[in-house]
Amino acid sequence: MPPSADLTLVDAAGVALAVGKLGDLLAEALGGDHGAVFLAGIPTRGVILARRLKNELARHGIEAGCGAVDIAMYRDDLGLRGGVTPLRGTELPMGIDKWTIVLVDDVQQTGRTARAAIEAVLGFGRPRRILLAVLADRGGREIPIRPDFTALELSARPGAKVRVRFAETDDGTEGVFEE
Amino acid sequence: MSRSLNIRGGRIIDPAAGRDESGDIFIADGIFVSSPVAGAQEIDARGLVVCPGFIDMHVHLREPGQGAKETIETGTKAAAAGGFTSVVAMPNTNPVADHPGIIAWMEERAARFGAVNVFTTGAITVGSQGDQLAPIGSMAQAGIVAVTDDGRCVQNHEVMRRAAEYCGLFGLPILDHCQDASMAGPEAMMHEGYWSTVLGLPGWPRMAEEIIVARNVLLSEATGTPIHCQHLSAAGSVRLLREAQARGVRLSGEVCPHHLTLTDEALAGYDTNFKMNPPVREQPDIEALLGGIADGTIGILATDHAPHAVYEKEVEFAAAPFGIVGLETAVGVFCEVLLHRRQVIELPRLVAMLTSNPAKLLKLDRGTLAPGAPGDVTLLDPQREWTVDREVFASKGRNTPFHGWKLRGRAVRTIVGGRAVWELAS
Amino acid sequence: MIWTRKDLLGISALSAEEIVFILDTAAEFKDVGKRRLKKVPSLRGKTLINFFVEASTRTRTSFELAAVRLSADVVNITATTSSLAKGESLKDTAKNLEALAADLIVLRHSAAGAPQFLAERLEAGVINAGDGSHEHPTQGLLDVFTVRERLGRIEGLKVGIVGDIRFSRVARSNIWALTKLGAEVILIGPPTLVPREFERAGARISHRLDDVLPELDVVNLLRIQHERQKAGYFPGTGEYAALFGLNAARAARLKPGALVMHPGPIHRGVELDGSVADGPHSVILDQVTNGLAVRMAVLYLCASVALREEA
Repeated sequence: MPPSADLTLVDAAGVALAVGKLGDLLAEALGGDHGAVFLAGIPTRGVILARRLKNELARHGIEAGCGAVDIAMYRDDLGLRGGVTPLRGTELPMGIDKWTIVLVDDVQQTGRTARAAIEAVLGFGRPRRILLAVLADRGGREIPIRPDFTALELSARPGAKVRVRFAETDDGTEGVFEE
Repeated sequence: MSRSLNIRGGRIIDPAAGRDESGDIFIADGIFVSSPVAGAQEIDARGLVVCPGFIDMHVHLREPGQGAKETIETGTKAAAAGGFTSVVAMPNTNPVADHPGIIAWMEERAARFGAVNVFTTGAITVGSQGDQLAPIGSMAQAGIVAVTDDGRCVQNHEVMRRAAEYCGLFGLPILDHCQDASMAGPEAMMHEGYWSTVLGLPGWPRMAEEIIVARNVLLSEATGTPIHCQHLSAAGSVRLLREAQARGVRLSGEVCPHHLTLTDEALAGYDTNFKMNPPVREQPDIEALLGGIADGTIGILATDHAPHAVYEKEVEFAAAPFGIVGLETAVGVFCEVLLHRRQVIELPRLVAMLTSNPAKLLKLDRGTLAPGAPGDVTLLDPQREWTVDREVFASKGRNTPFHGWKLRGRAVRTIVGGRAVWELAS
Repeated sequence: MIWTRKDLLGISALSAEEIVFILDTAAEFKDVGKRRLKKVPSLRGKTLINFFVEASTRTRTSFELAAVRLSADVVNITATTSSLAKGESLKDTAKNLEALAADLIVLRHSAAGAPQFLAERLEAGVINAGDGSHEHPTQGLLDVFTVRERLGRIEGLKVGIVGDIRFSRVARSNIWALTKLGAEVILIGPPTLVPREFERAGARISHRLDDVLPELDVVNLLRIQHERQKAGYFPGTGEYAALFGLNAARAARLKPGALVMHPGPIHRGVELDGSVADGPHSVILDQVTNGLAVRMAVLYLCASVALREEA
């Protein structure tokens, strides 16, 4: 159960629909001649979402690799945002140059996370293409990076945080909440 | 300013005269007399202990040559603020006080600027280098009360034997800073033990002090010259002293406040306020020193007041000079540890260890309240609670390990030659 | 947990959790070394000063490379090139460096406690690269990292440290790291060079390498220094090598899979034979690689706190 102060923006059923929609959008954009596709989730919940998207793509007949890209080393705010927590590990394919890398995150706001993720991926090599897929875009861009695929466009009160919860990471809760 | 006082109603403790009773003390023109002095200032000493002025026989006044650390003026003011009416100045000045000219300079300077009485000591050897005897006879004429190479220790036992023989001619005791340089050389920085191992600092083993105490036992026994072992720190030194004294050897010892209260664990933070020579050691050493005080083996308390300029101590540990100040905290620490916390001795013994005992060793004409003696008095409040604040020290030095300590016991007034040179602000 | 220290002065003050945090972070940074672009922007625009009052080429190079891979700007200062040679105090020199906006200072100094002295007075993060005989924390960390990477764990292992323990900061840092993580530490060397006080820290002491060799999972060999020979701590490198050198015959008695380590530089024929240094048990070169990763981790973690305090 979410904390009582939170406002439910999207319930569990809505999340399932959104994930499906995201998979549809992605599959359509990749088309037939998609080459090697890799879903790189941004920890923590982006990784959960990436795994679910992998299943969605499989339903569309697209086989995709799945991993994670930890952006901690690429952030532009070391020291500004409270203490550092342990690094979570990056798994990207070897020989990245042939691959289409789809960065996957749960919520997009300022764009800084996406920027860091792009830089992290480029540290591994020169992928064929980088795409950005997010479950929810809540606006408030500070860097001109817009997701290629968005399932939910939400707005929230200024200063409030928009949080996605997945069963695997949040004690069985599913939904999008405003905190 | 008048040098006559009537001090009324205090508890009079005068170990030299065997007195411990309530009563009044009178000073006329700077000398104790047996009846009240008409027109003299009245001092109410009720609730206080009236002692002969305390004597600190181990003080570094740093003049000549090291005035940035302390001067005779500031050092004696610190003494007064600590309740001391007499200090014995060590000769490891710059230049070393190893000939009568320097002694005369110090005596003259003290007469002009000293807030309390200053007694001088001369070096045993030229430059305290441990080779040739200094002109001890001439220095005796200039007024020294003892010889010492303090800061250093004569390593060559034959030289020390000659010195002991020679001093007999002048009736001067030798004060020895007991440190064997082969076991504890100039790089030795703290007690050799668990903490020196863990901190990676070169150790100063107990044995380096004990071995020299042992040689002093033999030399004193052979020559008859009194040898006084300074700032004792090691358990074995107390044992050697006790055994020698039992045989009638004229060996004495002194102990400083830090060796009764601090252990080597205090150095874990590399704080240079705990870097002194000899180093603070372990709890068993503290127990042995307290035992030595309890049974009279150790008869004298002193400070080894060693001021340094702030910038000299605020460096990496290896580069810091040894030493801490002590004049303004000693009485408090001694009362706190010996009277209150550990209850090792009673007040009259404490007073003796600061008055009659050092006076006797150094043949000083003071350390007593008996009529005819110079009118030096320390008014002590053994229960007075206070907190050490190094920022208000009269000494130039701020290097104390006791900053912030809550102590019970403090001098409240210091009187030298019938004149109050310091009084605790209420 | 969150990393909260702006300085790394030694391992003795760290908790087991903090040590593991550093090791896990180092593992991530080791992976960076395998990428095409071996650099991350974490310390871009920040300044690190390698202040090596006591000389060292290998450690300094390792720290410099670690900083460069974090995109920091690096300045190297030695005792001779610094104003310390002109009599300026350590404190004033460091204050001057800070006035030049140094964010991190890596200090190697012959005086134990010197990094702590600076850390207490500077806002910059201070990393101890070796202070006298006290500690060399990044060496201790890279040593346990290497063991963990190769053997999968630290707890329950028997680790022998051989040589001049008395004067070794590497030995001390290793003793703390290993005991905190649950290993059994055995200190091996001549009685004059192995202080009994370390038993109080939880270590075992042996003066016969041959007796304990077969039970060791790791043998860490320390450099034997000529200064000790001159000061009378042991009679000579020949006798030392005969009693405590890990020669080929001794190496043959090692457990299968046992690791041979050395902080470097090695004296072939004294602490160990050339064949052992190059042999299957040796992880000496891994130590160097891991040193880089560990130092990147340490700089990254301490910077996150030091920079916060500036902001």
